[in-house]
Amino acid sequence: MKLSDRAVRFGLKPLVFLTALGPFFYLVRAALTGNLGADPLAALTNETGLWTLRLICITLAITPLRKLTGWNVLIKFRRMAGLFAFFYGTLHLTTYAIVDRFAGLDQAAAWVEALGGGHVPGGMLVASTARSLATSIGADIYKRPFITIGFATWLTMLPLAITSTAGWIRRLGGRRWNRLHRLVYLTGILGPLHYWWLVKADVRRPLTYAAVVAVLLGARVFWNRPRRTPVPARTTATPA
Amino acid sequence: MLIKRAADLRSSDITDQRLYLNRREFIGATAATTAAVAAGVLGTEAFVHAATAAPHGRKLENVGKSKFSADEKPNKWEDITTFNNYYEFGIDKDSPSMFAKNLKIEPWTVAVGGECAKKGNMPLEDILKGQALEERIYRHRCVEAWSMVIPWVGFPLADLIKKCEPTSKAKFLEFTTFFDPKQMSARTSAIRYPYVEGLRMDEAMHPLTIVAVGLYGEVIPNQDGAPLRLVVPWKYGFKHIKSIAKINFVEKQPLNTWQDQASSEYGFYANVNPTVDHPRWTQATERRIGEFLRRKTLMFNGYGDQVASLYSGMDLKRNY
Repeated sequence: MKLSDRAVRFGLKPLVFLTALGPFFYLVRAALTGNLGADPLAALTNETGLWTLRLICITLAITPLRKLTGWNVLIKFRRMAGLFAFFYGTLHLTTYAIVDRFAGLDQAAAWVEALGGGHVPGGMLVASTARSLATSIGADIYKRPFITIGFATWLTMLPLAITSTAGWIRRLGGRRWNRLHRLVYLTGILGPLHYWWLVKADVRRPLTYAAVVAVLLGARVFWNRPRRTPVPARTTATPA
Repeated sequence: MLIKRAADLRSSDITDQRLYLNRREFIGATAATTAAVAAGVLGTEAFVHAATAAPHGRKLENVGKSKFSADEKPNKWEDITTFNNYYEFGIDKDSPSMFAKNLKIEPWTVAVGGECAKKGNMPLEDILKGQALEERIYRHRCVEAWSMVIPWVGFPLADLIKKCEPTSKAKFLEFTTFFDPKQMSARTSAIRYPYVEGLRMDEAMHPLTIVAVGLYGEVIPNQDGAPLRLVVPWKYGFKHIKSIAKINFVEKQPLNTWQDQASSEYGFYANVNPTVDHPRWTQATERRIGEFLRRKTLMFNGYGDQVASLYSGMDLKRNY
Protein backbone atom coordinates (compact mmCIF):
# COMPACT_ATOMS: atom_id res chain seq x y z
CA MET A 1 0.00 0.00 0.00
CA LYS A 2 1.54 3.25 -1.12
CA LEU A 3 0.21 6.48 0.28
CA SER A 4 1.81 9.86 -0.02
CA ASP A 5 2.91 11.55 3.19
CA ARG A 6 0.42 14.31 2.51
CA ALA A 7 -2.48 11.87 2.16
CA VAL A 8 -1.56 10.22 5.45
CA ARG A 9 -1.01 13.42 7.35
CA PHE A 10 -3.97 15.44 6.16
CA GLY A 11 -6.39 12.70 5.10
CA LEU A 12 -6.01 9.41 6.89
CA LYS A 13 -4.73 10.65 10.24
CA PRO A 14 -7.57 13.07 11.02
CA LEU A 15 -10.03 10.40 9.88
CA VAL A 16 -8.59 7.76 12.19
CA PHE A 17 -8.41 10.33 15.00
CA LEU A 18 -12.12 11.13 14.69
CA THR A 19 -13.00 7.44 14.47
CA ALA A 20 -11.12 6.76 17.69
CA LEU A 21 -13.07 9.56 19.35
CA GLY A 22 -16.31 7.94 18.15
CA PRO A 23 -16.94 5.84 21.28
CA PHE A 24 -16.32 8.91 23.45
CA PHE A 25 -18.86 11.01 21.58
CA TYR A 26 -21.28 8.10 21.51
CA LEU A 27 -21.05 7.70 25.29
CA VAL A 28 -21.44 11.43 25.94
CA ARG A 29 -24.49 11.54 23.69
CA ALA A 30 -26.02 8.40 25.21
CA ALA A 31 -25.42 9.78 28.71
CA LEU A 32 -27.02 13.14 27.89
CA THR A 33 -30.06 11.57 26.20
CA GLY A 34 -30.56 8.95 28.92
CA ASN A 35 -29.69 6.01 26.70
CA LEU A 36 -27.27 4.20 28.98
CA GLY A 37 -29.82 1.95 30.66
CA ALA A 38 -31.14 1.93 34.20
CA ASP A 39 -27.68 2.22 35.73
CA PRO A 40 -25.90 4.74 33.50
CA LEU A 41 -23.03 5.17 35.95
CA ALA A 42 -22.13 1.48 35.82
CA ALA A 43 -22.57 1.51 32.04
CA LEU A 44 -20.10 4.43 31.72
CA THR A 45 -17.56 2.63 33.89
CA ASN A 46 -17.90 -0.61 31.91
CA GLU A 47 -17.86 0.95 28.48
CA THR A 48 -14.81 3.16 29.07
CA GLY A 49 -13.01 0.09 30.43
CA LEU A 50 -13.93 -2.02 27.41
CA TRP A 51 -12.77 0.66 24.98
CA THR A 52 -9.47 0.87 26.84
CA LEU A 53 -9.01 -2.88 26.37
CA ARG A 54 -9.95 -2.68 22.70
CA LEU A 55 -7.47 0.11 22.04
CA ILE A 56 -4.73 -1.75 23.90
CA CYS A 57 -5.40 -4.70 21.59
CA ILE A 58 -5.37 -2.45 18.51
CA THR A 59 -2.08 -0.88 19.62
CA LEU A 60 -0.51 -4.29 20.11
CA ALA A 61 -1.86 -5.45 16.74
CA ILE A 62 -0.15 -2.77 14.68
CA THR A 63 3.34 -4.25 14.52
CA PRO A 64 2.22 -7.83 13.73
CA LEU A 65 -0.24 -6.51 11.14
CA ARG A 66 2.46 -4.43 9.53
CA LYS A 67 4.75 -7.44 9.39
CA LEU A 68 2.10 -9.64 7.82
CA THR A 69 0.79 -7.16 5.28
CA GLY A 70 3.88 -5.14 4.59
CA TRP A 71 1.82 -1.94 5.03
CA ASN A 72 4.47 0.17 6.65
CA VAL A 73 2.12 3.12 6.85
CA LEU A 74 0.52 1.41 9.88
CA ILE A 75 3.45 2.40 12.06
CA LYS A 76 2.34 6.00 11.76
CA PHE A 77 -0.79 5.13 13.75
CA ARG A 78 0.80 3.24 16.60
CA ARG A 79 1.38 6.26 18.81
CA MET A 80 -2.15 7.52 18.19
CA ALA A 81 -3.66 4.14 19.11
CA GLY A 82 -1.56 3.96 22.26
CA LEU A 83 -2.50 7.47 23.31
CA PHE A 84 -6.17 6.71 22.76
CA ALA A 85 -5.81 3.61 24.94
CA PHE A 86 -4.40 5.92 27.61
CA PHE A 87 -7.20 8.42 26.98
CA TYR A 88 -9.95 5.83 27.49
CA GLY A 89 -8.04 4.31 30.41
CA THR A 90 -7.88 7.71 32.09
CA LEU A 91 -11.61 8.24 31.45
CA HIS A 92 -12.24 4.82 33.00
CA LEU A 93 -10.14 5.63 36.07
CA THR A 94 -11.82 9.04 36.44
CA THR A 95 -15.30 7.52 36.12
CA TYR A 96 -14.46 4.99 38.81
CA ALA A 97 -13.04 7.70 41.07
CA ILE A 98 -16.18 9.82 40.76
CA VAL A 99 -18.92 7.20 40.55
CA ASP A 100 -17.54 4.55 42.84
CA ARG A 101 -15.46 6.55 45.33
CA PHE A 102 -16.45 10.23 45.37
CA ALA A 103 -20.20 9.44 45.35
CA GLY A 104 -19.70 7.42 48.53
CA LEU A 105 -17.94 10.20 50.48
CA ASP A 106 -19.67 12.10 53.26
CA GLN A 107 -18.72 15.35 51.51
CA ALA A 108 -20.39 14.36 48.23
CA ALA A 109 -23.82 15.62 49.30
CA ALA A 110 -22.36 19.07 50.09
CA TRP A 111 -20.83 19.18 46.59
CA VAL A 112 -24.10 18.30 44.91
CA GLU A 113 -25.84 20.97 46.97
CA ALA A 114 -23.22 23.65 46.20
CA LEU A 115 -22.99 22.90 42.48
CA GLY A 116 -26.76 22.51 42.17
CA GLY A 117 -27.22 25.96 43.73
CA GLY A 118 -24.63 27.44 41.40
CA HIS A 119 -22.06 28.04 44.13
CA VAL A 120 -18.36 27.35 44.02
CA PRO A 121 -17.45 24.82 46.72
CA GLY A 122 -15.40 26.40 49.49
CA GLY A 123 -11.71 25.78 50.05
CA MET A 124 -12.32 23.79 53.25
CA LEU A 125 -14.68 21.47 51.41
CA VAL A 126 -12.26 21.06 48.51
CA ALA A 127 -9.39 20.22 50.85
CA SER A 128 -11.29 17.75 52.99
CA THR A 129 -12.81 16.10 49.91
CA ALA A 130 -9.40 15.72 48.27
CA ARG A 131 -8.06 14.10 51.45
CA SER A 132 -11.00 11.72 51.82
CA LEU A 133 -11.00 10.82 48.13
CA ALA A 134 -7.29 10.01 48.16
CA THR A 135 -7.75 7.84 51.26
CA SER A 136 -10.78 6.13 49.76
CA ILE A 137 -9.08 5.35 46.43
CA GLY A 138 -5.85 4.33 48.15
CA ALA A 139 -7.65 1.95 50.49
CA ASP A 140 -9.56 0.43 47.58
CA ILE A 141 -6.38 -0.12 45.55
CA TYR A 142 -4.75 -1.71 48.59
CA LYS A 143 -7.71 -3.87 49.55
CA ARG A 144 -9.14 -5.17 46.28
CA PRO A 145 -6.87 -7.12 43.93
CA PHE A 146 -8.84 -6.32 40.78
CA ILE A 147 -8.62 -2.61 41.56
CA THR A 148 -4.90 -3.03 42.27
CA ILE A 149 -4.43 -4.65 38.86
CA GLY A 150 -6.61 -2.05 37.16
CA PHE A 151 -4.63 0.81 38.64
CA ALA A 152 -1.36 -0.94 37.74
CA THR A 153 -2.59 -1.25 34.14
CA TRP A 154 -3.14 2.49 34.00
CA LEU A 155 0.26 3.13 35.63
CA THR A 156 2.06 1.10 32.94
CA MET A 157 0.53 3.38 30.31
CA LEU A 158 1.43 6.62 32.08
CA PRO A 159 5.19 6.79 31.30
CA LEU A 160 4.50 5.63 27.75
CA ALA A 161 2.02 8.44 27.20
CA ILE A 162 4.44 10.99 28.69
CA THR A 163 7.39 9.85 26.58
CA SER A 164 5.40 9.51 23.38
CA THR A 165 6.66 12.79 21.94
CA ALA A 166 9.48 13.19 19.44
CA GLY A 167 11.33 15.23 22.05
CA TRP A 168 11.32 12.37 24.52
CA ILE A 169 12.45 9.87 21.89
CA ARG A 170 15.42 12.15 21.22
CA ARG A 171 16.16 12.68 24.89
CA LEU A 172 16.05 9.00 25.74
CA GLY A 173 17.62 7.76 22.54
CA GLY A 174 15.93 5.16 20.33
CA ARG A 175 17.33 2.15 22.19
CA ARG A 176 16.30 3.20 25.66
CA TRP A 177 12.98 4.53 24.42
CA ASN A 178 12.26 1.19 22.75
CA ARG A 179 13.17 -0.70 25.87
CA LEU A 180 10.88 1.49 28.01
CA HIS A 181 7.99 1.09 25.59
CA ARG A 182 8.12 -2.69 25.90
CA LEU A 183 6.12 -1.92 29.05
CA VAL A 184 3.08 -2.00 26.77
CA TYR A 185 3.31 -5.81 26.78
CA LEU A 186 2.65 -5.69 30.51
CA THR A 187 -0.31 -3.37 29.87
CA GLY A 188 -1.67 -6.01 27.50
CA ILE A 189 -1.36 -8.73 30.14
CA LEU A 190 -2.71 -6.73 33.09
CA GLY A 191 -5.74 -5.24 31.30
CA PRO A 192 -7.60 -8.51 30.59
CA LEU A 193 -6.55 -9.81 34.02
CA HIS A 194 -8.29 -6.83 35.65
CA TYR A 195 -11.44 -7.57 33.66
CA TRP A 196 -11.24 -11.31 34.40
CA TRP A 197 -11.03 -10.72 38.11
CA LEU A 198 -14.13 -8.54 38.34
CA VAL A 199 -16.70 -10.60 36.42
CA LYS A 200 -19.12 -12.62 38.52
CA ALA A 201 -19.47 -15.83 36.57
CA ASP A 202 -19.05 -15.84 32.81
CA VAL A 203 -15.36 -15.34 31.97
CA ARG A 204 -15.74 -15.68 28.21
CA ARG A 205 -15.51 -11.97 27.48
CA PRO A 206 -12.34 -11.37 29.48
CA LEU A 207 -11.02 -14.61 28.04
CA THR A 208 -11.51 -13.25 24.52
CA TYR A 209 -9.39 -10.19 25.25
CA ALA A 210 -6.78 -12.40 26.91
CA ALA A 211 -6.74 -14.65 23.81
CA VAL A 212 -6.29 -11.70 21.45
CA VAL A 213 -3.39 -10.39 23.54
CA ALA A 214 -1.89 -13.90 23.72
CA VAL A 215 -1.91 -14.18 19.92
CA LEU A 216 -0.41 -10.71 19.50
CA LEU A 217 2.34 -11.27 22.06
CA GLY A 218 2.81 -14.86 20.86
CA ALA A 219 3.45 -13.59 17.34
CA ARG A 220 6.31 -11.47 18.68
CA VAL A 221 7.80 -14.39 20.57
CA PHE A 222 7.51 -16.47 17.41
CA TRP A 223 9.21 -13.88 15.22
CA ASN A 224 11.96 -13.20 17.72
CA ARG A 225 12.61 -16.83 18.57
CA PRO A 226 16.29 -17.75 18.67
CA ARG A 227 17.40 -19.34 15.42
CA ARG A 228 20.09 -21.92 15.04
CA THR A 229 21.76 -20.40 12.03
CA PRO A 230 21.97 -16.75 11.22
CA VAL A 231 19.54 -15.88 8.48
CA PRO A 232 21.39 -14.45 5.50
CA ALA A 233 20.19 -11.23 4.01
CA ARG A 234 17.65 -11.77 1.29
CA THR A 235 19.50 -11.04 -1.89
CA THR A 236 17.92 -13.40 -4.38
CA ALA A 237 14.41 -14.40 -5.20
CA THR A 238 14.80 -17.77 -3.46
CA PRO A 239 13.30 -17.98 -0.02
CA ALA A 240 15.80 -17.48 2.75
CA MET B 1 37.83 -33.50 -2.81
CA LEU B 2 34.61 -35.38 -2.67
CA ILE B 3 31.96 -33.80 -0.58
CA LYS B 4 29.47 -36.40 0.54
CA ARG B 5 25.86 -35.52 0.89
CA ALA B 6 24.45 -36.03 4.34
CA ALA B 7 22.42 -39.23 4.29
CA ASP B 8 19.98 -38.41 7.03
CA LEU B 9 18.05 -35.80 5.14
CA ARG B 10 15.47 -37.31 2.81
CA SER B 11 13.64 -35.32 0.21
CA SER B 12 10.39 -35.91 2.08
CA ASP B 13 11.82 -34.12 5.11
CA ILE B 14 12.08 -30.91 3.20
CA THR B 15 9.09 -28.69 3.65
CA ASP B 16 7.11 -28.34 0.50
CA GLN B 17 8.23 -25.08 -1.02
CA ARG B 18 4.66 -24.05 -1.77
CA LEU B 19 3.71 -24.54 1.84
CA TYR B 20 6.77 -22.68 2.95
CA LEU B 21 5.99 -19.76 0.69
CA ASN B 22 2.46 -19.76 2.09
CA ARG B 23 3.57 -19.43 5.69
CA ARG B 24 2.65 -15.78 5.76
CA GLU B 25 -0.81 -16.55 4.53
CA PHE B 26 -1.08 -19.29 7.11
CA ILE B 27 -0.19 -16.92 9.93
CA GLY B 28 -2.47 -14.32 8.41
CA ALA B 29 -5.38 -16.74 8.27
CA THR B 30 -4.82 -17.73 11.89
CA ALA B 31 -4.81 -14.10 12.95
CA ALA B 32 -7.93 -13.36 10.88
CA THR B 33 -9.76 -16.33 12.39
CA THR B 34 -8.85 -15.22 15.90
CA ALA B 35 -10.05 -11.72 15.11
CA ALA B 36 -13.33 -13.04 13.66
CA VAL B 37 -14.03 -15.23 16.69
CA ALA B 38 -13.20 -12.35 19.01
CA ALA B 39 -15.46 -10.01 17.07
CA GLY B 40 -18.25 -12.58 17.30
CA VAL B 41 -18.04 -12.95 21.05
CA LEU B 42 -17.59 -9.26 21.69
CA GLY B 43 -20.25 -8.36 19.14
CA THR B 44 -22.90 -9.50 21.60
CA GLU B 45 -21.90 -6.49 23.65
CA ALA B 46 -23.18 -4.25 20.90
CA PHE B 47 -26.70 -5.03 22.07
CA VAL B 48 -25.97 -3.51 25.45
CA HIS B 49 -28.36 -0.62 24.98
CA ALA B 50 -31.23 -2.34 23.20
CA ALA B 51 -33.21 -2.71 26.42
CA THR B 52 -36.98 -2.60 26.11
CA ALA B 53 -39.30 -1.96 29.02
CA ALA B 54 -41.90 -4.66 29.56
CA PRO B 55 -45.32 -4.05 28.00
CA HIS B 56 -47.97 -3.36 30.59
CA GLY B 57 -49.91 -6.43 31.68
CA ARG B 58 -53.33 -7.24 33.06
CA LYS B 59 -54.37 -5.20 36.11
CA LEU B 60 -54.67 -7.26 39.28
CA GLU B 61 -57.93 -6.80 41.19
CA ASN B 62 -58.62 -6.35 44.89
CA VAL B 63 -55.05 -5.56 45.85
CA GLY B 64 -54.85 -4.48 49.48
CA LYS B 65 -52.36 -2.20 51.16
CA SER B 66 -49.78 -3.43 53.67
CA LYS B 67 -48.32 -1.99 56.85
CA PHE B 68 -45.00 -3.55 55.78
CA SER B 69 -44.65 -1.22 52.78
CA ALA B 70 -41.71 1.15 52.83
CA ASP B 71 -42.47 4.86 52.72
CA GLU B 72 -40.07 5.47 49.84
CA LYS B 73 -40.46 6.45 46.22
CA PRO B 74 -40.53 3.32 44.03
CA ASN B 75 -38.22 3.02 41.03
CA LYS B 76 -39.72 3.48 37.59
CA TRP B 77 -41.38 0.60 35.72
CA GLU B 78 -38.69 1.05 33.04
CA ASP B 79 -35.90 0.55 35.59
CA ILE B 80 -37.48 -2.49 37.20
CA THR B 81 -38.16 -4.20 33.86
CA THR B 82 -34.91 -3.41 32.02
CA PHE B 83 -32.37 -3.99 34.77
CA ASN B 84 -32.59 -7.63 35.77
CA ASN B 85 -30.32 -10.45 36.76
CA TYR B 86 -31.93 -13.49 35.14
CA TYR B 87 -29.00 -15.39 33.68
CA GLU B 88 -31.19 -17.91 31.87
CA PHE B 89 -31.91 -15.04 29.47
CA GLY B 90 -28.32 -13.74 29.25
CA ILE B 91 -25.80 -12.20 31.61
CA ASP B 92 -26.29 -8.52 30.74
CA LYS B 93 -28.75 -6.59 32.86
CA ASP B 94 -30.94 -5.79 29.88
CA SER B 95 -30.82 -9.24 28.24
CA PRO B 96 -33.89 -10.49 30.14
CA SER B 97 -35.88 -7.47 28.91
CA MET B 98 -35.16 -8.57 25.36
CA PHE B 99 -35.46 -12.34 25.61
CA ALA B 100 -37.81 -13.16 28.49
CA LYS B 101 -40.89 -12.67 26.31
CA ASN B 102 -40.26 -16.17 24.92
CA LEU B 103 -41.07 -17.72 28.28
CA LYS B 104 -44.43 -19.48 28.21
CA ILE B 105 -46.11 -18.91 31.56
CA GLU B 106 -49.57 -20.34 30.85
CA PRO B 107 -50.38 -22.95 32.00
CA TRP B 108 -48.08 -23.01 35.02
CA THR B 109 -47.77 -25.63 37.74
CA VAL B 110 -45.54 -25.81 40.77
CA ALA B 111 -44.27 -29.26 41.70
CA VAL B 112 -44.53 -29.61 45.47
CA GLY B 113 -42.56 -32.41 47.09
CA GLY B 114 -40.51 -33.66 50.02
CA GLU B 115 -41.54 -33.56 53.66
CA CYS B 116 -45.17 -32.53 53.25
CA ALA B 117 -48.62 -34.06 53.04
CA LYS B 118 -49.84 -32.35 49.86
CA LYS B 119 -47.31 -33.59 47.31
CA GLY B 120 -47.95 -33.17 43.60
CA ASN B 121 -48.39 -30.58 40.89
CA MET B 122 -50.16 -27.49 42.05
CA PRO B 123 -51.65 -25.39 39.21
CA LEU B 124 -51.09 -21.65 39.61
CA GLU B 125 -54.87 -21.08 39.61
CA ASP B 126 -55.18 -23.30 42.69
CA ILE B 127 -52.40 -21.39 44.43
CA LEU B 128 -54.14 -18.08 43.73
CA LYS B 129 -57.73 -19.28 44.39
CA GLY B 130 -59.19 -17.27 47.27
CA GLN B 131 -55.76 -15.84 48.01
CA ALA B 132 -55.82 -12.18 49.10
CA LEU B 133 -53.20 -10.06 47.32
CA GLU B 134 -51.32 -7.16 48.86
CA GLU B 135 -49.07 -4.44 47.56
CA ARG B 136 -45.69 -4.56 49.29
CA ILE B 137 -43.32 -1.70 48.55
CA TYR B 138 -39.95 -3.15 49.48
CA ARG B 139 -36.36 -2.03 49.33
CA HIS B 140 -34.41 -4.41 47.07
CA ARG B 141 -30.66 -4.73 47.58
CA CYS B 142 -28.53 -6.70 45.10
CA VAL B 143 -25.29 -8.37 46.20
CA GLU B 144 -23.66 -6.28 43.44
CA ALA B 145 -24.22 -3.15 45.57
CA TRP B 146 -27.11 -1.55 43.67
CA SER B 147 -30.62 -1.18 45.01
CA MET B 148 -34.16 -0.25 44.05
CA VAL B 149 -37.53 0.28 45.68
CA ILE B 150 -40.09 -2.06 44.15
CA PRO B 151 -43.89 -2.09 44.50
CA TRP B 152 -44.53 -5.84 44.44
CA VAL B 153 -47.95 -7.43 44.54
CA GLY B 154 -48.10 -10.78 46.26
CA PHE B 155 -49.05 -12.83 49.27
CA PRO B 156 -47.20 -14.28 52.27
CA LEU B 157 -45.25 -17.42 51.43
CA ALA B 158 -46.59 -18.74 54.73
CA ASP B 159 -50.07 -19.04 53.12
CA LEU B 160 -48.71 -21.31 50.40
CA ILE B 161 -46.65 -23.34 52.87
CA LYS B 162 -49.75 -24.03 54.99
CA LYS B 163 -51.56 -25.36 51.90
CA CYS B 164 -48.76 -27.89 51.42
CA GLU B 165 -49.00 -29.17 55.03
CA PRO B 166 -45.30 -29.70 55.77
CA THR B 167 -44.32 -32.41 58.27
CA SER B 168 -42.21 -31.84 61.37
CA LYS B 169 -39.18 -33.01 59.39
CA ALA B 170 -39.43 -30.03 57.03
CA LYS B 171 -36.68 -27.71 58.28
CA PHE B 172 -35.85 -25.95 55.02
CA LEU B 173 -37.45 -25.10 51.69
CA GLU B 174 -35.68 -25.69 48.41
CA PHE B 175 -36.94 -23.72 45.40
CA THR B 176 -36.09 -24.43 41.77
CA THR B 177 -36.49 -22.07 38.82
CA PHE B 178 -38.18 -23.34 35.67
CA PHE B 179 -35.61 -24.25 33.05
CA ASP B 180 -36.09 -24.97 29.36
CA PRO B 181 -33.20 -24.05 27.05
CA LYS B 182 -35.65 -23.79 24.14
CA GLN B 183 -37.59 -20.97 25.78
CA MET B 184 -34.64 -19.43 27.56
CA SER B 185 -31.93 -17.99 25.41
CA ALA B 186 -29.27 -19.38 27.73
CA ARG B 187 -26.61 -19.13 25.08
CA THR B 188 -24.32 -18.52 27.97
CA SER B 189 -23.88 -21.34 30.42
CA ALA B 190 -22.52 -18.87 32.94
CA ILE B 191 -23.85 -20.80 35.92
CA ARG B 192 -25.36 -24.25 36.43
CA TYR B 193 -29.08 -24.59 35.71
CA PRO B 194 -31.72 -25.00 36.94
CA TYR B 195 -31.28 -22.23 39.49
CA VAL B 196 -31.81 -23.34 43.10
CA GLU B 197 -32.43 -21.31 46.24
CA GLY B 198 -33.40 -22.12 49.78
CA LEU B 199 -34.80 -20.68 53.01
CA ARG B 200 -34.91 -21.89 56.57
CA MET B 201 -38.48 -22.70 57.63
CA ASP B 202 -38.74 -19.75 60.05
CA GLU B 203 -37.44 -17.36 57.37
CA ALA B 204 -39.95 -18.76 54.91
CA MET B 205 -42.82 -18.41 57.39
CA HIS B 206 -41.88 -14.82 58.29
CA PRO B 207 -44.63 -12.31 57.41
CA LEU B 208 -42.20 -10.18 55.35
CA THR B 209 -41.46 -13.11 53.03
CA ILE B 210 -43.81 -13.06 50.07
CA VAL B 211 -44.52 -14.73 46.77
CA ALA B 212 -44.81 -11.93 44.22
CA VAL B 213 -47.16 -12.28 41.26
CA GLY B 214 -47.44 -8.62 40.36
CA LEU B 215 -45.60 -5.35 39.91
CA TYR B 216 -47.12 -1.85 40.03
CA GLY B 217 -50.58 -3.43 40.39
CA GLU B 218 -50.19 -5.45 37.19
CA VAL B 219 -49.30 -9.06 36.39
CA ILE B 220 -45.55 -9.44 36.91
CA PRO B 221 -43.48 -9.19 33.68
CA ASN B 222 -41.49 -12.25 32.59
CA GLN B 223 -38.09 -10.64 33.19
CA ASP B 224 -39.02 -10.08 36.84
CA GLY B 225 -39.78 -13.75 37.41
CA ALA B 226 -43.29 -14.44 36.08
CA PRO B 227 -45.58 -15.97 36.99
CA LEU B 228 -44.43 -16.23 40.61
CA ARG B 229 -41.21 -15.38 42.40
CA LEU B 230 -39.89 -15.14 45.90
CA VAL B 231 -39.25 -11.82 47.69
CA VAL B 232 -37.27 -11.79 50.93
CA PRO B 233 -36.52 -8.09 51.41
CA TRP B 234 -33.80 -8.41 54.06
CA LYS B 235 -31.71 -10.71 51.85
CA TYR B 236 -29.61 -10.01 48.76
CA GLY B 237 -31.45 -10.22 45.45
CA PHE B 238 -30.06 -13.59 44.41
CA LYS B 239 -32.15 -15.25 47.14
CA HIS B 240 -35.31 -13.97 45.42
CA ILE B 241 -35.73 -16.95 43.11
CA LYS B 242 -37.72 -16.29 39.93
CA SER B 243 -40.28 -18.31 37.93
CA ILE B 244 -40.66 -20.98 40.61
CA ALA B 245 -41.27 -24.46 39.17
CA LYS B 246 -40.56 -26.61 42.22
CA ILE B 247 -40.81 -26.36 45.98
CA ASN B 248 -39.25 -29.09 48.06
CA PHE B 249 -39.58 -29.39 51.83
CA VAL B 250 -36.30 -30.79 53.11
CA GLU B 251 -34.57 -31.67 56.35
CA LYS B 252 -31.09 -30.43 55.45
CA GLN B 253 -29.95 -26.99 54.32
CA PRO B 254 -30.12 -26.93 50.51
CA LEU B 255 -27.14 -25.92 48.39
CA ASN B 256 -28.17 -22.76 46.60
CA THR B 257 -26.79 -22.00 43.13
CA TRP B 258 -24.48 -19.09 43.96
CA GLN B 259 -23.03 -20.82 46.98
CA ASP B 260 -22.37 -23.82 44.77
CA GLN B 261 -20.81 -21.48 42.21
CA ALA B 262 -18.48 -19.58 44.56
CA SER B 263 -18.89 -20.47 48.23
CA SER B 264 -16.25 -17.96 49.35
CA GLU B 265 -18.32 -15.12 47.89
CA TYR B 266 -21.94 -16.19 48.36
CA GLY B 267 -23.41 -18.05 51.31
CA PHE B 268 -26.73 -19.63 52.19
CA TYR B 269 -28.13 -16.83 54.35
CA ALA B 270 -27.15 -13.85 52.18
CA ASN B 271 -28.61 -11.36 54.65
CA VAL B 272 -27.91 -7.77 53.66
CA ASN B 273 -25.02 -6.81 55.91
CA PRO B 274 -22.91 -3.66 55.51
CA THR B 275 -20.24 -5.00 57.86
CA VAL B 276 -19.43 -8.11 55.83
CA ASP B 277 -17.84 -7.20 52.50
CA HIS B 278 -18.02 -9.28 49.38
CA PRO B 279 -14.41 -10.46 48.85
CA ARG B 280 -14.14 -8.23 45.78
CA TRP B 281 -16.21 -5.18 46.70
CA THR B 282 -17.64 -3.32 49.65
CA GLN B 283 -21.17 -3.89 50.92
CA ALA B 284 -21.05 -0.80 53.15
CA THR B 285 -22.66 1.42 50.50
CA GLU B 286 -25.00 0.97 47.57
CA ARG B 287 -26.20 2.90 44.57
CA ARG B 288 -29.94 3.31 44.43
CA ILE B 289 -30.78 3.07 40.74
CA GLY B 290 -31.56 6.59 39.56
CA GLU B 291 -29.35 8.30 42.15
CA PHE B 292 -25.81 9.61 41.98
CA LEU B 293 -24.83 9.67 45.65
CA ARG B 294 -24.22 6.27 47.19
CA ARG B 295 -26.36 5.36 50.19
CA LYS B 296 -25.13 3.70 53.33
CA THR B 297 -26.37 0.11 53.28
CA LEU B 298 -28.61 -0.73 56.26
CA MET B 299 -28.28 -3.89 58.35
CA PHE B 300 -30.86 -6.43 57.12
CA ASN B 301 -31.65 -3.84 54.43
CA GLY B 302 -33.45 -1.79 57.09
CA TYR B 303 -35.71 -4.67 58.20
CA GLY B 304 -33.68 -5.46 61.33
CA ASP B 305 -36.51 -4.66 63.77
CA GLN B 306 -38.60 -7.43 62.23
CA VAL B 307 -36.00 -10.07 61.38
CA ALA B 308 -32.88 -9.67 63.54
CA SER B 309 -34.32 -12.05 66.15
CA LEU B 310 -34.25 -14.89 63.58
CA TYR B 311 -30.47 -14.83 63.79
CA SER B 312 -29.84 -14.16 67.47
CA GLY B 313 -26.74 -15.99 68.63
CA MET B 314 -25.55 -16.63 65.08
CA ASP B 315 -22.17 -15.43 63.85
CA LEU B 316 -23.22 -13.45 60.78
CA LYS B 317 -19.61 -13.01 59.66
CA ARG B 318 -19.38 -16.77 59.23
CA ASN B 319 -22.98 -17.31 58.08
CA TYR B 320 -22.89 -14.69 55.33
